[in-house]
Amino acid sequence: MSETKKYPAPVTNPETAAFWDAAKEGKFMIKRCTACGEAHYFPRSICPFCYSDKTVWEEASGEGTIYTYSLMRKSPTGPYAIGYVTLKEGPSVQTNFVDCDLTTLKIGQKVKVVFKPTDGAPLPFFTVA
Amino acid sequence: MTIKGKAYIAGIYEHPTRHAPDKSTAQLHAEVAKGAIEDAGISKDDVDGYFCAGDAPGGAWPMVDYLGLNTKKLRHVDSTETGGCSYIIHLGHAAEAIAAGKCSIALITLAGKPRTGAMPPRAAGAEVDFESAYGATTHNAYGMCAMRHMHDYGTTSEQLAWIKVAASHHAQYNPHAMLKDVVTVEDVLNSPMISDPLHRMDCCVVSDGGGALIVTTPEIAKSLKKPLVRLIGHGEAMKGPRGGKDLDLTYSAGIWSGPRAFEEAGITPKDIKYASIYDSFTITVLMQLEDLGFCKKGEGGKFVADGNLISGVGKLPFNTDGGGLCSNHPVNRGGMTKILEAVRQLRGEAHPKVQVKNCDLAIAHGTGGLLGVRHAASTAILERV
Repeated sequence: MSETKKYPAPVTNPETAAFWDAAKEGKFMIKRCTACGEAHYFPRSICPFCYSDKTVWEEASGEGTIYTYSLMRKSPTGPYAIGYVTLKEGPSVQTNFVDCDLTTLKIGQKVKVVFKPTDGAPLPFFTVA
Repeated sequence: MTIKGKAYIAGIYEHPTRHAPDKSTAQLHAEVAKGAIEDAGISKDDVDGYFCAGDAPGGAWPMVDYLGLNTKKLRHVDSTETGGCSYIIHLGHAAEAIAAGKCSIALITLAGKPRTGAMPPRAAGAEVDFESAYGATTHNAYGMCAMRHMHDYGTTSEQLAWIKVAASHHAQYNPHAMLKDVVTVEDVLNSPMISDPLHRMDCCVVSDGGGALIVTTPEIAKSLKKPLVRLIGHGEAMKGPRGGKDLDLTYSAGIWSGPRAFEEAGITPKDIKYASIYDSFTITVLMQLEDLGFCKKGEGGKFVADGNLISGVGKLPFNTDGGGLCSNHPVNRGGMTKILEAVRQLRGEAHPKVQVKNCDLAIAHGTGGLLGVRHAASTAILERV
């Protein structure tokens, strides 16, 4: 199902363009604040924790664990599993799980990022590691 | 400064319709406005404050015009949009405006027809590119909360089912309820899985309809003929993933709005005789009961089991109209109907089979948005005078 599903292209904007440029090269980026040291996602120019504007792009490992998920049993495009992944680097990110058995997902399971094409920049998803 | 006791709910109206293919959304707003104005025993020309949310076609100024409100007198408007809890927030904001002398008779309306018409689209937030492709819906966003709550606290589907069972016990006495059949825990568990771990019967209904309130000063309320119901505490709060740090989907913003309201009211959850708790899903009720302090975090499953929410049976009668799980959920927004049933309980106008004896203190609480993504919460504590 996930192979044929059509995903919307990100609109992008000046604040997040670097994320999508990196995605085209298969890199999954997060933002880190050099003032307080905290990483965050989705990326912002101003750190949401300390309000410093000294935030920098950082390539994330793309590895993490499932914080939670829910398998939507029916939809116009078939079943899909939404969830949150807690990245190795700290932040938790909303995603869908793809290219794996959606009926055996477990909280705490190790997952890794995969990109899926759109008509624009590719979108990050996660699959079982 | 406090709003405690400074605003009274003098008029209420709930639209009896649950299916309105022959009406417009604006018309439903007008019908509920008329109903609440007549319930209060005032004239529409007396209204000097108007409150509406994202369901009002075009927003405040088209609605004020369409409703024919007295624009020479109207001096306060508020179109705060926080999803399903907008109307509980409006109630607090109306009390603030009344306490500050900015208006004296406020009208709050909610209406719409998700069953028989298109729902207005929501404007995109800054997160759009990073979330919209993942298909968050109410079902799976609340499912994610339930899944994690079960993981962290051992909450079970059987416990969640008791919430639906209690609502169904109440709905059998509501002639307008969409689902009037009393159901069992087994019925809920045997209903189809929609988005794990939520079954169909863990989900509320989709209904057309609406409701309205008239909020006014103590002096005006006392000059009218309705039993006196006043707002004595109010809270509002918001919660989201906030950069993804320390994500915890097992609590809602009610953990902040609740204590604010109880502190202002000067009472505790133990004093509450009746609770209207937004029931978009069974998990919504369970988490909010914990967050409001009716039980400890993680003990909601035990608290709701064995009929504890059934009027006349359990310790905390809730949603005695059948709530969103059985009666109605106008415009996919449950905040208004939560206030309406709380006022009926305090007035002694609930169905005799579910009316709480000596009901003098009630809570109306709800959330708006997606519990598992980002949402608002609001709490109102109401007292019969």
